[in-house]
Amino acid sequence: MLPIVLLSVFGIALLFLGFLKSKAVLLPAALLFLIITLGVNFLDWNKTYLYFNDMLRTNNLSMVFTAIMLGSAFMVVALSSSFINDESAQPAEYYALILFSLVGAVMMVSFENLIMLFVGVEILSVAMYVLTGSDKKNLRSNEAALKYFLMGAFATGIMLFGMALLYGATGSFTIAGLAAYTDHPQTGLSLLIYVGLLMLLIGLLFKVSAAPFHFWTPDVYDGAPTIFTAFMSTVVKTAGFAALFRLLSVSFGGVYTFWWTILAIITALTLVAGNITAVYQTSFKRMMAYSSISHAGYLLIGLSSLGTQTKQAIVFYSLAYSVATIAAFGVLILVSQQRSTQTITSEGILTENFDAFNGLARQNPLLGFAMTVSMLSLAGIPLTAGFWGKFYMFSTAVERGQIWLLVVAVLMSAVGIYYYFRVIIAMYFRDGATEPIRVAPFFQYVLLGAIILTIGLGIAPGLLQGLF
Amino acid sequence: MLTLFLILFPVVAATLLLIIQGEKTKQVALVAALIELALAGYAFVGFKPDASSQFGFDYAWISSLGIRFSAGIDGISVLLVLLTGLLVPFIILSTFNRDYPRPSLFYALMLYMQAALVGVFTARDGFLFYFFFEAALIPIYFLAAMWGGANRIPVTFKFFVYTIFGSLFMLLALVYLYYQTPATATSAHSAAIVDFYKLNLTPEAETWVFWAFFIAFAIKMPVFPFHTWQPDTYVESPTPATMLLAGIMLKMGVYGLIRFILPIVPLGVETWGKTAVILSVIGIIYGSIIAIRQRDMKRLIAYSSFSHVGLMAAGVFSQTETGMQGALVQMLAHGINVVGMFFVADVIFSRTKTNQLDQLGGITQTTPKLTVFFLIMLLGSVALPLTNGFIGEFLLLHGVFTYNNYLGLAAGFTIILGAVYMLRMFQKSMFGPTSSRTESFADLTSSESWVFIPLVVLVFWIGIYPHSFLKVTEPAVANMMKYIGTTAVSMK
Repeated sequence: MLPIVLLSVFGIALLFLGFLKSKAVLLPAALLFLIITLGVNFLDWNKTYLYFNDMLRTNNLSMVFTAIMLGSAFMVVALSSSFINDESAQPAEYYALILFSLVGAVMMVSFENLIMLFVGVEILSVAMYVLTGSDKKNLRSNEAALKYFLMGAFATGIMLFGMALLYGATGSFTIAGLAAYTDHPQTGLSLLIYVGLLMLLIGLLFKVSAAPFHFWTPDVYDGAPTIFTAFMSTVVKTAGFAALFRLLSVSFGGVYTFWWTILAIITALTLVAGNITAVYQTSFKRMMAYSSISHAGYLLIGLSSLGTQTKQAIVFYSLAYSVATIAAFGVLILVSQQRSTQTITSEGILTENFDAFNGLARQNPLLGFAMTVSMLSLAGIPLTAGFWGKFYMFSTAVERGQIWLLVVAVLMSAVGIYYYFRVIIAMYFRDGATEPIRVAPFFQYVLLGAIILTIGLGIAPGLLQGLF
Repeated sequence: MLTLFLILFPVVAATLLLIIQGEKTKQVALVAALIELALAGYAFVGFKPDASSQFGFDYAWISSLGIRFSAGIDGISVLLVLLTGLLVPFIILSTFNRDYPRPSLFYALMLYMQAALVGVFTARDGFLFYFFFEAALIPIYFLAAMWGGANRIPVTFKFFVYTIFGSLFMLLALVYLYYQTPATATSAHSAAIVDFYKLNLTPEAETWVFWAFFIAFAIKMPVFPFHTWQPDTYVESPTPATMLLAGIMLKMGVYGLIRFILPIVPLGVETWGKTAVILSVIGIIYGSIIAIRQRDMKRLIAYSSFSHVGLMAAGVFSQTETGMQGALVQMLAHGINVVGMFFVADVIFSRTKTNQLDQLGGITQTTPKLTVFFLIMLLGSVALPLTNGFIGEFLLLHGVFTYNNYLGLAAGFTIILGAVYMLRMFQKSMFGPTSSRTESFADLTSSESWVFIPLVVLVFWIGIYPHSFLKVTEPAVANMMKYIGTTAVSMK
């Protein structure tokens, strides 16, 4: 509970800090607040508590997810140093919104009551709508925010409807109450349960951009300022999957036979839609949007073959995915800021295309290496954390004997290598701009940290063992 | 412990090369490779010829899953570790007359590659094997794609995606096998390869595990019809990378057949082995016929390598002791020969700027040393008695004949066809009138000669006294036969 309180207080504090003349204090303050929250988060380690009249339950798993999200937020904020030089930017508001959205995210990973889940989703989403549209003068940013808001509101509505139906069927909003009801299916479950569960799932699957609810993702990820795309594609996804996991494993384990086929089909659809479409992108940022859809697919493998390994698989995968994604977006931010002038054409912002990376590794070995490690990790090549993420996911499916799903996943992994390697090829083997990109020292540390984490977990995945 | 050292030493050396970035990169890399060779040589000499795993190292890697960082050298891997240690110094030495841009990265990648290859050949845990199997791809991909020829980007990309695609199926098979293993003292399952040997799988499971492994290894070797990545990649890669690919990396596939497919899915081999042998034999003949028609030396050697590896696969799938022994010795021999042949092509290219046979000719008039060395490597490749190729191919063909007379007969064409394309290459490049490009062809320099001299010694050593190599593999192969269903065949 402390993280929720602290994040709220710190968010307000940041808003007040915004009144100061100097913007320079905001970034360190936001980082400090996140670090404090991260430390406080672990105070309850190995204990389970219920808070707010049994509305929230914190346990080790929720703390681990909270830590992953706070860590991701820390990295994202650390990469946002360019706001200082941007006249129109409002860093105080941005950082405050990030902290507020984290409050929602923490609620989503530790809810005990469906109401809390709904409140968490809303807090997170509303903050994200605003951040998406924060580049006020950019048409694409506005369009993205509007799309995200309209479709997101619709999805939340469906989700709420589902919760109401579940309440109608069981008379309870708590996940324990739902579990008590579904665990004894011999009494004959009401149809409302199934319809309610489906609607609830649709709402959450929309948030994690699973097919066929993914159509908003490319436009929103593409239109939003890159730094918030990084935030969106990591924190929102982690929170969404933590919520899905808690919901499905605790409340609906009893009706596994009902939902696993549906979820498995959605998984396969997501994998195919994400990976195949990513191949045809010319914009790196848009490719990353489709790649995030495909990773939602891999994460869904763990859910649709829910078993003893799922928890570990989801934790590891979301960590590996978040670190790699943020590092990749970090490099993209530098490249698109400093490569030529921003020219907007019908094909998108040219500096965000694959071609913008041409020759990058020769001028900036560190940026090239960070990007390479991220891409290898996202592609799931050994020596990187992403490999073990995929490994754990595939293990869950093998444990459940879902061979057809695995075959789809393997084929799509091979497709994935194709588009991730386009960046590497551009950086190492093509000739491009000759002047190196300036990288702030702090930026370098974040990228170095991401590299070390990705390779470290790739060589010694056992390091995380204590967390499970 | 020695195994761990063999894996880690090149990694450390390569990382130092990258960090220090000094002037004498080539020399430092060569010294590092020679130290590694000394270590590998020590492992070979000190190896007690029995079926056990020696110089081992074992560490709980992911303890909750029972996955261990467990490596050791046994009779199956000892020759391959030796081969890896042996070839890399020569490959580095062969680059001494060339200047590659960004040398520290170039040589560091070669050493990383070496570490991963040793890891593949010594891994005793299924997932560790997979880890190195894939990790070896990354340095070779960058070597080929950064320093390769004009068409390198699409070609190496195809190579990378193709091979990763294959090995993902192997990953599935490994995970499946892992979940079949019984609980150990510390975890629910075990990933040790020896535990995989003890499994009793259902016939359906054996079939699909067989194919999952086979596709992965068949792409790597490559076996017909999975070979389409190979000739282009060999031609477009810089010669040192081609040597690594042809000399060592394709042996990963043959090694995988012996280490995984034969003992783990004997029933699958029983059912589908014939298909695999037929594919391999098709590869032998098909590769030879295409090699005869080639005009480019590197491409010709690439197809010859494709043809030779087909014979190795056929020998392994014959499920006989002689076939397996032959495959192990032939892997060593082929590695030596193919590196020699590619080096000849590289020497010719460095002087004439072409590898097209119709633009060459008459080189022999000015180059007594090159002619002799070329001829010896070539005779080793066509398996003339007293050379290393003869021992390997003879044992392999014996194995295939034991398995099936007709297939053996078809595979036997490799010797005739091999002689045709190799001698044709020799004749077109070395004899005849000189062309404008070969008029002032300088003979080998001393550093080039020093690449050939040890290789030639090895060609004859293996050819004349193969016992020193066969005796170390024999107990392990005999032990491996216990896991194979048709032991009766080998007894004949």
